[in-house]
Amino acid sequence: MSHEPSGRVVKIEIDGRVVEARTGEFLLAVARRAGIDIPAICQHEAVDPAGNCRMCLVEITKASWDGWSRLVTACLYPTEQDLIVKTHSAPVIEARTVLCDLWLARCPDSAYVQKLAAEFGIEKTSYQPAAVPTDQCILCGLCIRVCEKLGPAAIYTVNRGGRKKVAGPFEGPPPDCIGCAACAEVCPTSCITVAERDGTRTIWDKEFQLLACTTCGRTLVTIEEARYFGRKGGLGESYYQLCDRCKRLQTAQQATKVAGLPLTVGGLGEASGRPFRSPGSLTTSR
Amino acid sequence: MTTSLPARFGVPQELEARCARLKAEREGKRLTILVCCGTGCLANGSAKVADAFARELHARGIDADVGLAFKRTGCHGFCQRGPLVVMMPDETFYQRVKPKDVPKIVEQTVVGGKVIATLLYKDPNSKQRITRYHEIPFYQKQTRVAMRNIGLVDPRDLRDSLARGAYLAVAKALGAMTPEQVIAEVDQSGLRGRGGAGFSTGRKWRSARAAPGERKFVICNGDEGDPGAFKDRSILEGDPHSVIEGMIIGAYAVGAHEGFVYVREEYPLAVENLGHALCDARAAGLLGRNILGTGFDFDVQISRGGGAFVCGESSALMKSIAGMVGEPRAKYIHATDRGLFDLPSVLNNVESWSDVPVIIEKGAAWFAAMGTAKSKGTKAFSLVGKVKNTGLVETPMGITLRELIFDIGGGILNDRPFKAVQTGGPSGGCVPAHLLDLPIDYEKLTEAGSMMGSGGMIVMDDRTCMVDVARYFTRFLWDESCGKCTPCREGLSQLQIVHDRICRGLGREEDLPLMERLGAVMETAALCALGKSANFPVKSTLQYFRDEYVAHVRDKRCPAGICKDLTIYRIIDEQCNGCGACLRVCPSKAITGKPKQLHALDQGLCISCGACFDVCTPMNAIAFDPRPHAAAVPPAAPGAAPARRNS
Ligand SMILES: Cc1cc2nc3c(=O)[nH]c(=O)nc-3n(C[C@H](O)[C@H](O)[C@H](O)COP(=O)(O)O)c2cc1C
Ligand code: SF4
Ligand code: SF4
Ligand code: FES
Repeated sequence: MSHEPSGRVVKIEIDGRVVEARTGEFLLAVARRAGIDIPAICQHEAVDPAGNCRMCLVEITKASWDGWSRLVTACLYPTEQDLIVKTHSAPVIEARTVLCDLWLARCPDSAYVQKLAAEFGIEKTSYQPAAVPTDQCILCGLCIRVCEKLGPAAIYTVNRGGRKKVAGPFEGPPPDCIGCAACAEVCPTSCITVAERDGTRTIWDKEFQLLACTTCGRTLVTIEEARYFGRKGGLGESYYQLCDRCKRLQTAQQATKVAGLPLTVGGLGEASGRPFRSPGSLTTSR
Repeated sequence: MTTSLPARFGVPQELEARCARLKAEREGKRLTILVCCGTGCLANGSAKVADAFARELHARGIDADVGLAFKRTGCHGFCQRGPLVVMMPDETFYQRVKPKDVPKIVEQTVVGGKVIATLLYKDPNSKQRITRYHEIPFYQKQTRVAMRNIGLVDPRDLRDSLARGAYLAVAKALGAMTPEQVIAEVDQSGLRGRGGAGFSTGRKWRSARAAPGERKFVICNGDEGDPGAFKDRSILEGDPHSVIEGMIIGAYAVGAHEGFVYVREEYPLAVENLGHALCDARAAGLLGRNILGTGFDFDVQISRGGGAFVCGESSALMKSIAGMVGEPRAKYIHATDRGLFDLPSVLNNVESWSDVPVIIEKGAAWFAAMGTAKSKGTKAFSLVGKVKNTGLVETPMGITLRELIFDIGGGILNDRPFKAVQTGGPSGGCVPAHLLDLPIDYEKLTEAGSMMGSGGMIVMDDRTCMVDVARYFTRFLWDESCGKCTPCREGLSQLQIVHDRICRGLGREEDLPLMERLGAVMETAALCALGKSANFPVKSTLQYFRDEYVAHVRDKRCPAGICKDLTIYRIIDEQCNGCGACLRVCPSKAITGKPKQLHALDQGLCISCGACFDVCTPMNAIAFDPRPHAAAVPPAAPGAAPARRNS
């Protein structure tokens, strides 16, 4: 669902403070701008909000509601006039606590979840922890949404209800994956494994060749990613021949040549020399 | 003389004249034979019965008799007794009709005018044979509004529906009322949604009408994902024109020109009959451009459902129609502003749509005269479970649970004690015996910890373990939810794990408050109404049947004798007369004994299914006890729960 704030400037109250916002603007954005902290796990500025994690629940009411209030997700709730928002009321904290407790049962071994739960005073889950915690995914769906936003839409959730999980088609390596690892980058629990070794990257059980900087040899991006974004952004594949550092050097060299200045800085000469190999094996367990 | 299908009706008056003529034509019939060809009766072989009638009437040359009509109709609701054959105008009601009965029926009833006693319905309570449809207790207390034509019309014949006044309300609304007047009428009737939360239909339409935008939609929700429910299927199969008619009126009221009917994938006959009806309506100028010459354009298309229970939820349904995965979205912005394709949309249930034409035709006051203070009109219920008469029922709102279960339903099967009725679909609650006199309406059911939902009524007797029931529904929702948001997905997983361990005798007393705390958060924190109500089965059983939970947890005992890990069966020697009934039903051959001699039960072979207990009603010679030292079975992972033991 696309979302455009309709724009009228109104005043709302968040945790006792009067804050200006436009009607239609999501509460989370408004609160953040005002420096008010609301925990939000499945929200990332790169993608549209989805309301999956429920961590950003806040309590809303209005003077005209006769004391009635409700919990809504700040990431998705559009600002309206006269709204009174409580970001840390008792029902809000209770909901967040139970959510963390549930995640801890799902992913007892996740350092991220452990830390989160600890913030709500939970050391050990009240529920039954997963017997074989093979997976540290909390199903926030960020990886999927970021992949969709970038274009490939290579991964999605398969199954529904309690069997839901993130996977490629037929739960195999996703054919449309370009190996960009953006999913791993946004994953809050760092549970998407990206392994790099000998000029290759393996992600989602799929192995990719990495392009190396033609000057310094540092690995850059996967060939598929270069091709995909080269085509999509109209950049041409030559865009990915140099790493950003070598690109800067090249620009600097050209600039000095144009200015007719002698090139004296030692570091430049060294970096533009013989390409060095990337470290033998780099395994990021993200 | 039969009239052929009308060409396009140019003006409302043409339709009115034709309806009157068709009605007179049908009323002139000496005899009309109605063979039920709804899904229930078809499953019982009614297609063969209908064919046999066609053959027999043809063979005797009486199919040309203009005083005689023969029709394949939709569901009469009493599928349990099917195949059903009804003879009008006398309402002679034949049940469990087999093809071999047909020559006799034609000979004796159609030609001879005599009633065949053996084919009549025998009331299980009074043991009397009953001749007429309306004298049967199952039908006596019913008032059919949404289901007014089902069973009386051939859903494949528009003329039949026209003879019953179909589309007259369209003529009235489009010809003589403004959209605002239509909305006011529906609003004043007090009609509330028949598929879910019971939202005022008039108010919903008003919001959609007020929403800015040229392109709007009306949608019919025929997903009907509740296990055991079949009212929407019956309406779509048996009287699709009422739904189409309601949608035309709704579209006119809100200013929509496009409509969708979302039908569950498993309802092929509904899709077929509806598709047929849409074609007929289009050909007659009742759909498409310039309907009845009024200048109003509207057409409807069918969208096949995605299959999961959650797809019936409004935002998931709209995503599904748009070709996306059927997952709910936050509804902070209403569908009447941004629904299907982000455009203003009105979604109503099949039954709600079917009520609309009657409201327009007979007026809001007529509809509002039925029901309770806040729940007006009639409601369809799917009455299933441990009652003598199961089936589809429509009664005025405000009927008590007792009347529904004991008068219409004929009471509990085998006259066992009533224990609870689960209302409103899988996320409804279980209402106990002390609330049997509760008048059924939206508020009363909600106050009782349950809901109206789509009108499902599952009746349970004393041989039902309420912990097991809560576990069954929790499992169903775990399977059929979308799994997108944390409280619903993880909450249902944990509720299931806890129930599992309780049923295995591994429960702890802290489990009860743990589930209550979790349930309360699910209610406030879940994204859609599924998750927000997913704890209702657990909450209501914990509220009304807490002692059963406590028995499981503290005493490791299942009071109903259903949880196998907690129950052993034995024969009471003094009471066994050696009739052998138990021996025949035992699936694991654990019972042995010679006729008329004391039987023996081998504990080693017994799987505690309780089949023997249930058949030994005359002697009551089977008893069950708590299993000594309940086996320490490790709790299963979510999803690994064994299949449900009692139904
Ligand atoms: C999980 C879930 C399943 C639902 N399934 C159905 C359904 O099968 N049929 C239906 O009419 N409404 C269903 N609803 C209710 C719809 O969301 C919606 O409220 C309804 O179709 C509106 O029509 P009404 O106002 O005429 O009842 C469901 C709701 C939820 C939360
Ligand atoms: S893999 Fe990571 S980003 Fe993707 S849904 Fe799971 S937790 Fe979220
Ligand atoms: S409450 Fe359940 S069904 Fe609804 S969005 Fe959340 S996970 Fe899906
Ligand atoms: S950040 Fe709002 S629900 Fe996850």
